[in-house]
Amino acid sequence: MTIEIKTSTMKPVRNTYAHIQRRFGDKPATRYQEATYDVHSTHNFHYKPLWDQERELNDPARTAVVMADWYDLKDPRQFYYGPYVQNRAKMQETAENNFSFFEKRGLAAGLDEVLRAKIIETVIPMRHAEVAANLNNMYGTAHGTGTAVTQALIFEAMDRFGNAQYFSKIGLALDDNTGSSLVEAKQHWMSNPIWQGLRAYCEKTLTIKDWFEAFIAQDIVLDTLINDLYYRQFDVWLTANGGRDLLLLMEFMQQRAKESQRWSDSVLKSVVAESEHNANQIRAWISTWRIRAQEALAPLANALLCEQALAEAFSVLEQRLGKVGLGH
Amino acid sequence: MSRVQIAFQDNDESRYIVAAIEQDNPTAVVHYEPAMIRVENEGSLTINRESVCEQIGMDWNVQSLHLNLITLTGHIDEEDDYFKIMWNN
Amino acid sequence: MSPTKLNLKDKYKLLTRDLDWEFSYEDRQEAFPYEEFEGIKITDWDKWEDPFRLTMDAYWKYQAEKEKKLYAIYDAFSQNNGHTNVTDARYVNAIKLFLTGVSPGEHAAHLGFAFTGRQMGGIGARVAAQMQSIDELRHIQTQIHAMSHYNKFFDGFDEFNHMHDRVWYLSVPKSFFEDARTAGPFEFMVAIGFSFEYVLTNLLFVPFMSGAAYNGDMATVTFGFSAQSDEARHMTLGLEIIKFLLEQHEDNVPIVQKWLDKWLWRGYRLLTLVAMMMDYMLPQKFMSWQEAWELYFEDAGGALFKDLERYGIKMPDYTETIKQEKEHLSHQAWWTFYQYTHAAAFHTWTPSSDEMDWLSEKYPNTFDKYYRPRWELAAEMEAKGERFYTTGLPQLCQTCQIPMMFTEVDDPSQVAYRESVYNDERFHFCSDPCKSIFDNEPEKYVHAWLPVHQILQGNCGGGGLDKVIEYYHLDNGAANLEFEGSPDAERWKQWKGVA
Repeated sequence: MTIEIKTSTMKPVRNTYAHIQRRFGDKPATRYQEATYDVHSTHNFHYKPLWDQERELNDPARTAVVMADWYDLKDPRQFYYGPYVQNRAKMQETAENNFSFFEKRGLAAGLDEVLRAKIIETVIPMRHAEVAANLNNMYGTAHGTGTAVTQALIFEAMDRFGNAQYFSKIGLALDDNTGSSLVEAKQHWMSNPIWQGLRAYCEKTLTIKDWFEAFIAQDIVLDTLINDLYYRQFDVWLTANGGRDLLLLMEFMQQRAKESQRWSDSVLKSVVAESEHNANQIRAWISTWRIRAQEALAPLANALLCEQALAEAFSVLEQRLGKVGLGH
Repeated sequence: MSRVQIAFQDNDESRYIVAAIEQDNPTAVVHYEPAMIRVENEGSLTINRESVCEQIGMDWNVQSLHLNLITLTGHIDEEDDYFKIMWNN
Repeated sequence: MSPTKLNLKDKYKLLTRDLDWEFSYEDRQEAFPYEEFEGIKITDWDKWEDPFRLTMDAYWKYQAEKEKKLYAIYDAFSQNNGHTNVTDARYVNAIKLFLTGVSPGEHAAHLGFAFTGRQMGGIGARVAAQMQSIDELRHIQTQIHAMSHYNKFFDGFDEFNHMHDRVWYLSVPKSFFEDARTAGPFEFMVAIGFSFEYVLTNLLFVPFMSGAAYNGDMATVTFGFSAQSDEARHMTLGLEIIKFLLEQHEDNVPIVQKWLDKWLWRGYRLLTLVAMMMDYMLPQKFMSWQEAWELYFEDAGGALFKDLERYGIKMPDYTETIKQEKEHLSHQAWWTFYQYTHAAAFHTWTPSSDEMDWLSEKYPNTFDKYYRPRWELAAEMEAKGERFYTTGLPQLCQTCQIPMMFTEVDDPSQVAYRESVYNDERFHFCSDPCKSIFDNEPEKYVHAWLPVHQILQGNCGGGGLDKVIEYYHLDNGAANLEFEGSPDAERWKQWKGVA
């Protein structure tokens, strides 16, 4: 049987879902819009959570900051699941090639013994700190409001778990896949004084109850400093100190950090711009966590780079905060 | 003993995998259902990397099984060289 | 001496399990505060067996490949007006039920696994839960995109998320997932990870997807089977969590048994919607509900419980009840929706005589005896222009929230009613298992948002039925009522060139 479809009768009855129409009008919507907006359940919850009887199941009150519309926190990258994994798949392919190039050319053998020891002492233990980042972002997915931000938070969480594995793989690349460097690095993480500040900071963030405070402590304060120390200053240092080949192995994390900062900037900006109440709350959190970060990172930054390194990183944090209206 | 089963999307890659299963599990029964190939066997069922590689004529990673898998029953034992499902009774 | 290289298993251990550490500066309980209140005893997280060894880079790689394939098909589907290739416009109602009833549950599961993926103390289990969480996000999003094209040409899809929070029958899946999410992390894992994903998921997905395959719905087949490829990982996680809990401490056994009894029943009741979809909503049928139940539950589930026996776990007592009900379930459900379709976001219809013959053949003990006469009467009335609707409001079960429509196991002419009194208030149930679930946790279930109670209390737009329909955002006269004569049916005829 042949079917003749007249083009005139094949006109759509509507262009998109009703809630998307209410936000953007009845016109063809993007996949990001349909996958994101108003996906969180908002009404008529059935039971009290046994683990939080004071609040509803999906409750915007799980943070002190207040938004009239949580979907203002649009991801500038417009990542929903598909583009997210496809983007990361491309990046991981490059990383995979970099790692196998490093291995195939025996580049580890070319590293100076002192440098190798330095990497194991000051870089590889980051794999544990990345687990805290994973958990803090996962916390936001579980307790945050609105798919716009909660999906971006789980992407960040999975990224950070990926980072933890990439840091570990750097170790494996240096120890000929025996895992000995990871054992050493874990000892540094557990007892070397240069790491104890950061470890205490990480443990502290995991006890935060307010999910947006966790975002501030992790993705804004700590990450800005770490990103500057590890992915900018240390990058320069490696180039100047015979560690250029190692940059191949850091590339994924470096690129990812830069990209993710665009997202976290935009989240911060929207929340601060929403109200004076939010801005004040965030200022209060930042002032607490920056003091903790200063203490936590001073010995590490010093061992990794030099005395001035942390101050430089803090000035980058200042700039970042200044841009969203949180400057002094 | 109980039956285990595994189902794949009906596509070209799955056909090689199913051929490898049939070769290594002579008692397995294959059902072709809409868009899906379902394989049953008593007790356990094993997919060997070597056998799939032979069928495809190329390297094949056991983890890429997940690309075409629809469902399975039984406990899983996954290694570099094989993927096995079984019941312990 | 050259050092020993790691095999994949040990490497995965280093790349995952070894990342965790003992806290020195904070109380670990402050960071994982919900691990103990359910009474579950974990003595050693190191005993956790990783269900699969997928590192993040491999995850991105394989998932990206799946997504690429999937969206290529979506694009082709919409560019070629794929919606006109389904067997019949009646079919589309099955996927309306899916988008409004099932898809929001995927999002709930996403949030639930994010919670357990944050809260469980063992990193191996946590990472597996996190991967499931992001997979579930994938599922809701790919489903929204698959249905996006249908939404452009059929009614009943466009308010799916507004409806999910409000419409009476959608409170059945909504309350199911919220029951699980409001529980502690281990009950959630047993509820969704094991009972739902491992034991029952095949009865949800395989029927919908095979139904789609039989009815020319390429978009649904594709997202369904693509989602199922994640499901195999999820099922493995479900089985691992059960084994882990049972092996950790003998005190866990009765708790897990209680959860299994509760969640297999909750899940089974939810599947009532699938039973009706399979037997009544597919123009081209492929398998009866009864057959699917036998293949995917009695067969596979039987083997599973035999396996769990050694831990002291037994098959729930009510499986005999289910066995009896399997010959009645779909008929009673479709009959209920047939009567209340004016308040539903999909169409209903009387089965054709061919379809009734199929039902007689599949249900030789029950269809001709109890259900055929009803449908023949309904068809007669319809022919006279007196399509039958019920205007009263049904009583709902306090636990599963399904209208009281299930009959006594030993007497199919008698609707079953059970009740309990708690704090001087009387609560009603559809069955013994639903009553005992309530009796175990009355303080939880008194908070159920029961749609009919809410309507009567004026919380759903107030006033009469028209106000309720407005509150639902139900496009009256388009998305609801009988299929024959609906705008969907009329458009279909136009596309197909049938006068």
